[in-house]
Amino acid sequence: MAELIDEMGLQDKAVGIPPPGCAVFAYNYFDVDMAESAHGRGAAVATGLKRACPETIVFTYQGDGDLAAIGTAETIHAANRGENITSIFVNNAVYGMTGGQMAPTTLLGQKTTTSPYGREKRIEGYPIRMSEILGLLKGTVYIERVAVNSPVNIRKAKRAIRKAFQVQIDGLGFALVEILSPCPTNWKMTPLEAWQWIDNVMVEEFPLGVIKDTTGKDDAS
Amino acid sequence: MAKVLFNGNSAIGEAAIRAGCQCYFGYPITPQNELTEYMAIHLSRKKGCTFIQSESEISAINMVFGASVAGVRAMTSSSSPGISLKQEGISYLAACELPAVIVNMSRGGPGLGSIAASQSDYFQATRGGGHGDYRTIVLAPSSVQELADLTYKAFDLADKYRLPVVILGDGMLGQMMEPVEFRYEAPEELPVRADAMRGAKGRPSRIIRTFTSNPATLEELNWSLFRRYQLIQQTEVACDTSMVEDAQLIVVAFGTAARIAKGAIKNARTAGLKVGMLRPITLWPFPTGKVKELAKRTRHFLVFEMNMGQMIEDVQLALAGAGEVSFYGRTGGVIPTPSEVLRVISRLYYQKGLK
Repeated sequence: MAELIDEMGLQDKAVGIPPPGCAVFAYNYFDVDMAESAHGRGAAVATGLKRACPETIVFTYQGDGDLAAIGTAETIHAANRGENITSIFVNNAVYGMTGGQMAPTTLLGQKTTTSPYGREKRIEGYPIRMSEILGLLKGTVYIERVAVNSPVNIRKAKRAIRKAFQVQIDGLGFALVEILSPCPTNWKMTPLEAWQWIDNVMVEEFPLGVIKDTTGKDDAS
Repeated sequence: MAKVLFNGNSAIGEAAIRAGCQCYFGYPITPQNELTEYMAIHLSRKKGCTFIQSESEISAINMVFGASVAGVRAMTSSSSPGISLKQEGISYLAACELPAVIVNMSRGGPGLGSIAASQSDYFQATRGGGHGDYRTIVLAPSSVQELADLTYKAFDLADKYRLPVVILGDGMLGQMMEPVEFRYEAPEELPVRADAMRGAKGRPSRIIRTFTSNPATLEELNWSLFRRYQLIQQTEVACDTSMVEDAQLIVVAFGTAARIAKGAIKNARTAGLKVGMLRPITLWPFPTGKVKELAKRTRHFLVFEMNMGQMIEDVQLALAGAGEVSFYGRTGGVIPTPSEVLRVISRLYYQKGLK
């Protein structure tokens, strides 16, 4: 993302909306204006900001608990209004910052501190596929799921994020990139095992690829 | 400009537009829908302006947050249950030192309550409302004219002190029709704050945040907020008094209750009872000094509210034992009549042996 902000010349006009959660310190990692939102409210804050000043390039950076649990309403309605904003949705299947609790995206069978016996559909319900839900909405333009568990996938992720920014620059509407991201600490794996777990297990529930694209033109990259 | 007939809710909308409000976000709730509808008609297609009917009150206040980050004048409105939902956002606005105007045309509570006028949100409004150590300025209009006047003032105060300002009305003020004069023309250009965050062009990037992992840093933020609050307490108190010069008994009431009390006091005066009134216009900062000053003339105060007794605590704190405070209130959306209040005044007057 930071590379793209430079490559696409966005530093002067970008405002990022970092979340509470694992990425709470994101405001320190991007040298652009950053306005932290309340938990889950990123899409609403981005809406207000973008509407008040349409020349800005507004992106949210949100985790799975943020975007797909507490912020579900804000996310779905901003997407459905076709807000011209870009959402970066980091899915690591746990609440990381708070110590590895069950997330809306936790897989069936996955053990967390609040699903200690493994997530069971009868008791804890199913993992939610937020990107697919958003893809059904008429207001969304571009939704893609990527992963950052290999150099190849990281390059693909960058391409997707570039396109999601371009959608906003072109004024087309709501774009979101879901990023499957390893959390070795809370998954209790080595980094390598975590990378492999994304490939071998996580993509079964969250398949990679373009979920929706109505831009009608080639990848901007 | 000549006076025009407006309902209270619409008058706030018109005054907000004339104050340069660029963004309005709201969610339907009775008894304040006329305000949301007024903005839908008059703001949604206005050049450069935004009206969004949000998916929830939580979203609305967070949209206000975003618009305030971008440096424009932004507003949301609701009524009691919806204001409870907005408290998260109000706390964040206070923490980030972002201006915003929040209108509460309050109704009976707790819970879903009733849709009739009530003043039961006094504690919530004057004690910050959400989590954390903060205050908001709270303005309490008591007529449609004052709703308009205090709406302009709310935007100015929010910008001046960089904090959320609450206009605490009630369902009756919102619904009543009265002549009103709009004293300002809408600005040619919508105001944008100098500290607007719209991308780091020509300056280092900036961060607006509420989270800090260092308690000492957060303590310093709280000190900085409270120094500002002290300044507000010194300079922004507003209240109205009537017939207090010779008063043996002073009625303390705000908003709609003050309108009702006014009728009762007028009749009490006709009957020869020396009764006056103190009407706080800023509920926070509370007119503590004025209460103390009045206590030099009489020891007898009657606090009258449309709740079970909330502002009475501020009157007692101000008096610190220097006066006797009685209370009369109706709640749940019940509107007391002036003759009912007159009976309370008369009874109290003779019980206390006042002459």
